[in-house]
Amino acid sequence: MSTTEDAANETSTGSTPAQPAPQRGPMGGRGPMGGGGAPVEKPKNFGSSLKRLMGRLRPESFQIISVTILAVIGVVFSVLGPKLLGEGTNIIFSGAISAQMPAGATKAEVIAGLRASGQDQLADMIAPMQLTPGEGIDFAALGTVLLGVLALYVLASVFMWLQGFVLNGSVQRTIYRLREDIETKLNALPLSYFDKMQRGELLSRVTNDIDNVSQSLQQTLSQALTSILTVIGVVIMMFSISPVLAGVALVTIPLTVLITVIIGKRSQKLFVSQWKHTGELNARIEETFTGHSLVKVFGRQKETNAEFTAKNDELYGASFGAQFVSGIIMPAMVFVGNLVYVAIAVIGGLMVASGQMLLGDVQAFIQYSRQFTQPLSQLGSMANLLQSGVASAERVFELLDADEQSPDAAAPASAPLKADGGSGRLVFDDVTFRYAEDKPLIEHLNLVAEPGHTIAIVGPTGAGKTTLVNLIMRFYELNSGRITLDGVDIATMTRADLRGRMGMVLQDTWLFGGTIRDNIAYGRSGATEEEILAAAKATYVDRFVRSLPDGYDTVLDDEAGNISAGEKQLITIARAFLAQPSVLILDEATSSVDTRTELLVQKAMSALRSDRTSFVIAHRLSTIRDADLIVVMENGHIVEQGTHSALLVQGGAYYRLYNAQFEAPAIEEAELSAVETLVERDNAERAEALRGEVLRGEVATEEGIA
Amino acid sequence: MLLPLVWRYLKPYRWLLVGVVVFQLAQSIASLYLPTLNADIIDQGVATGDTAYILSAGAWMLAITLGQVVCSVIAVYFGARAAMALGRDLRSGVFEKVGEFSEREVATFGAPSLITRSTNDVQQVQMLVLMTCTMMVSAPMLCIGGIIMAMQQDLELSWLIAVAVPVLLIAVGLIIWRMVPLFRSMQKRVDRVNTVLREQLTGIRVIRAFVREPIETERFATANAELTDTALRTGRLMALMFPVVMLVLNLSSIAVLWFGAFRIEDGSMQVGTLTAFLSYLMQILMAVMMATFMAVMIPRAAVCADRIQEVLSTEPSVRPPSNPVVNLNGIGSIEFDGVSFSYPGAEQPVLTGLDFRTAPGTTTAVIGSTGSGKTTLINLLPRLFDATDGTVKVDGVDVRDIDPELLWAHIGLVPQKPYLFSGTVASNLRYGKSDATDTELWHALEVAQARDFVAAMPGGLDAPISQGGTNVSGGQRQRLAIARALVKRPAIYIFDDSFSALDLTTDANLRRALRADIGDATLFIVAQRVSTIIDADQILVLEHGEIVGRGSHDELLESSETYAEIVSSQLTAEEAA
Repeated sequence: MSTTEDAANETSTGSTPAQPAPQRGPMGGRGPMGGGGAPVEKPKNFGSSLKRLMGRLRPESFQIISVTILAVIGVVFSVLGPKLLGEGTNIIFSGAISAQMPAGATKAEVIAGLRASGQDQLADMIAPMQLTPGEGIDFAALGTVLLGVLALYVLASVFMWLQGFVLNGSVQRTIYRLREDIETKLNALPLSYFDKMQRGELLSRVTNDIDNVSQSLQQTLSQALTSILTVIGVVIMMFSISPVLAGVALVTIPLTVLITVIIGKRSQKLFVSQWKHTGELNARIEETFTGHSLVKVFGRQKETNAEFTAKNDELYGASFGAQFVSGIIMPAMVFVGNLVYVAIAVIGGLMVASGQMLLGDVQAFIQYSRQFTQPLSQLGSMANLLQSGVASAERVFELLDADEQSPDAAAPASAPLKADGGSGRLVFDDVTFRYAEDKPLIEHLNLVAEPGHTIAIVGPTGAGKTTLVNLIMRFYELNSGRITLDGVDIATMTRADLRGRMGMVLQDTWLFGGTIRDNIAYGRSGATEEEILAAAKATYVDRFVRSLPDGYDTVLDDEAGNISAGEKQLITIARAFLAQPSVLILDEATSSVDTRTELLVQKAMSALRSDRTSFVIAHRLSTIRDADLIVVMENGHIVEQGTHSALLVQGGAYYRLYNAQFEAPAIEEAELSAVETLVERDNAERAEALRGEVLRGEVATEEGIA
Repeated sequence: MLLPLVWRYLKPYRWLLVGVVVFQLAQSIASLYLPTLNADIIDQGVATGDTAYILSAGAWMLAITLGQVVCSVIAVYFGARAAMALGRDLRSGVFEKVGEFSEREVATFGAPSLITRSTNDVQQVQMLVLMTCTMMVSAPMLCIGGIIMAMQQDLELSWLIAVAVPVLLIAVGLIIWRMVPLFRSMQKRVDRVNTVLREQLTGIRVIRAFVREPIETERFATANAELTDTALRTGRLMALMFPVVMLVLNLSSIAVLWFGAFRIEDGSMQVGTLTAFLSYLMQILMAVMMATFMAVMIPRAAVCADRIQEVLSTEPSVRPPSNPVVNLNGIGSIEFDGVSFSYPGAEQPVLTGLDFRTAPGTTTAVIGSTGSGKTTLINLLPRLFDATDGTVKVDGVDVRDIDPELLWAHIGLVPQKPYLFSGTVASNLRYGKSDATDTELWHALEVAQARDFVAAMPGGLDAPISQGGTNVSGGQRQRLAIARALVKRPAIYIFDDSFSALDLTTDANLRRALRADIGDATLFIVAQRVSTIIDADQILVLEHGEIVGRGSHDELLESSETYAEIVSSQLTAEEAA
């Protein structure tokens, strides 16, 4: 059985359960603190996918280079800041110390005096300072230094901002192009691709995955660059101030990595479990709420509640574990930062006291060590983000790499267009087709549709009826044989040319979110208002549209809940009517449309069919009795062809189908009496039409039985 | 609504919350104490060259750091417990509430909305509580503590705090304030792009058939360009955030140094104090920033809390009786006495003044166009709705007086949308009778014309069924739903347009087998096809919520214009012959 037919049946019953918009996880967006994102999906081939993702930034090469330069400048400025600020502290500290010394004495005299009084340590500390005893703080020098720092910081911020500004543009344009490529790709993919892929899966690739790529690209690129540069800059500064203290601070790196890895690994596992349980619980909730009335009437409330409680408790356990363990990371990182802080305060203090270092440098060092742990842990969390981004990119690339449909012929043939209605001769010539190589479906099929004829195709589900449509529209390519339209092989025409001559009304009454007018106008670009109205009138759309408050401007929402299924069908018929095709394909609806609307649908369809070659995929045999040719299909083969009466006489497959459908008790007399009743009630017009229908049916039936 | 709701649900865990507050306070104090110790090292150790003091103060700092991390971890433990427990309780609160709902409330909210409320919305509230417990609680502590400590270090200099904090608040606040509407419009535009893509995927056959690819591409390009435009503007603002915050922080430290220098010069302050003051100011500013970012989460969570509260405070319109009737004679008669139903606030009643009764063992059919109230009528029987006027009786007893379990056991419902639950064919069939034997199941499948395809499924009765039954076709789903009701063997069967997806042959076979199988049970059928109900004992013609005709098929052809119209409209559609 073909997947297409399944999909068609699915929609025809109109019983697809309501499902909320597809989403990868119930969390929606990523929280600002990353309190519990989805477990990271590992890309299959991280290296090459990342490379390819980065390759997409190539058109932005100039901007990326600028961004790098701007970031380097910004980081250099901001990294120099604390060092210079430390100079300020030094000036204050030495000024403060000098204030305690007698004015007029030289620095050497003071140091000598201190040593003489046994205060060697103080003497050592003062030795490297630049001070004039008794002078106090040198405000001129301090002012100069602080102004310098001010300029540095302002410039650093400006460059950081410029960097972010330019990078943002590059990333957004890259994502724009990625979306554009996806769109182009979707148009180039063969229909078989869409039939094979689950719709939700595909939708998630073109929406969620692209969003994810965009987010992670944005965040990682800007942060990774500045983080790495900052770490490098800070390390350089730390070493330039004091190699000893720098050595102490660098111990943080393995410590940080260790903590991130150990806790990260554990929390990753717990998050996976939390995710699994969330998914399970949500599925249960979804199921229970959707089947709410069944749960009640089948008396399952107690069991359902019990199952829910059990699942809910499991989720509680799992999510507590995940949140607790991941919550430890922050304090742990703070702890590491504080350890360094303490170590620097103590060792630095000792070094200042012994004159090996200046106080301002220790203060600068403390600032550096703070600047140092933060980007480190940022890099850690970025690794996760990048991984999930690359995994998403990979799925998008898979879509971009899928095989495209064969290009249209270079020198396309075109069937001659005849205005006199003589066109529309469609011939299947020894056509063989299969969806899967090993599953034969249509084998050596021959069929001729004369211009203006109605060809009805009947047969059980899976017989290949919808497949036939797919082949005529060239949604799928033949394995062998050919189909010709007015003598021209359709494979040599452009798809646009071919489809421009076809009109199609499917069971799946797809309408897009827009006004009724726009939906009808969809049939032919550039149709005038008069043409649209004419199409609407001919197909009975006009009647119900007039009763809507907004008329033709009524907006059909996503689910088109404001009009009935039958009315939707009428709009699709109007759409096809407007297209004025030379060949028409009608897939009859089986869904339970209000029967009176259905009558209109039938009428609209026959209006559409008149004087056109039409293929009707019939589900109810009653509608096709007057077809010029009835084709009975079974397992991809045509088992019978002929007119209604001829096939009934033949007593074959069609005869059996026909009888199976009409075993219900007879109400023949009722038919006419119903008409009489209507006539009596002075409903002449409708009765007239009805009488015609009934009588025609009568004759046909008699023919059949005879 | 956020606070009262969270408060109410956190009440059982108030000791955990107390723990959170205590330990967060302890860790805040510890982290506030560190700069003071550092100042002491400078002023009393370094400045005087007292190495021993430096070491002992260092040891103190180490101890406090250790204490801080322990307190933090404990606070996270309590916080995570409380927040996750809140989430669990909220979820089960909503879930159980919805369990009490009648179809009326479910219809008012809509199932998808209820699902979002019990999953996503709860999640949002839960995350906010977690963030509050682990981070936000300490922000005001650090902020206030930092101010106290800074003022203790040097009161004169504390005017700097009074300047720096508002400057930061205003700077960050301005950016966020401009960003919020941009985020909103971005979300809309993302939705727009996704809608266009979704339409392209679902309508791909139509788009290609009408050769409208270029127009779709154009539509998409517009949406894409609009999205990129907003994303660019948002991104530019975001790019501003970090540099601005850094600038405020850095400028503050320059100011502290400059103004502090004067205080040191006139001897009213020590150098170590200056360093400590600087640390405190930074801590205060960081706390302010954190609080600002967290504050952004609150409005979103508040909306979610409102939506949850809305569910929790909705009273189910169908309540179980206080003195339920626990025994029915089991004959399966149905009686409607002047029954009306309208949705609250609706202008038009859905059903008005319905009067009819069905004898046990007979078939009653309801026919009428879409929107005539057929499904509502059916839902009154198992009390999925309660009539707003009049009484519905089963076996002579008002359904509102019957023990709900008993009432439901009495009724077998096949809904219009034949929903199946995830599990296996067997688990679905046993939904109404968990101890049914395999033989019973096969028998029901046989009657429902489902035996062949179930037998052909890999695993037979144990073949997996996905959620909603999406892995079987519409017709198969309908037959399995019928079999499910048959397994239950109730006194009353209700079929709500349950044969629509079946072809006429199967429909006919099924109805024949069904009548023979259910014996003297009462059959209540809603249908669109006349052929389905043609041999019913009693047919009710429903239009605009009123019974406009009743009788057998033949009687109605004579007496009811509406019925005649329906019949004649189907003559062309279907052969009724």
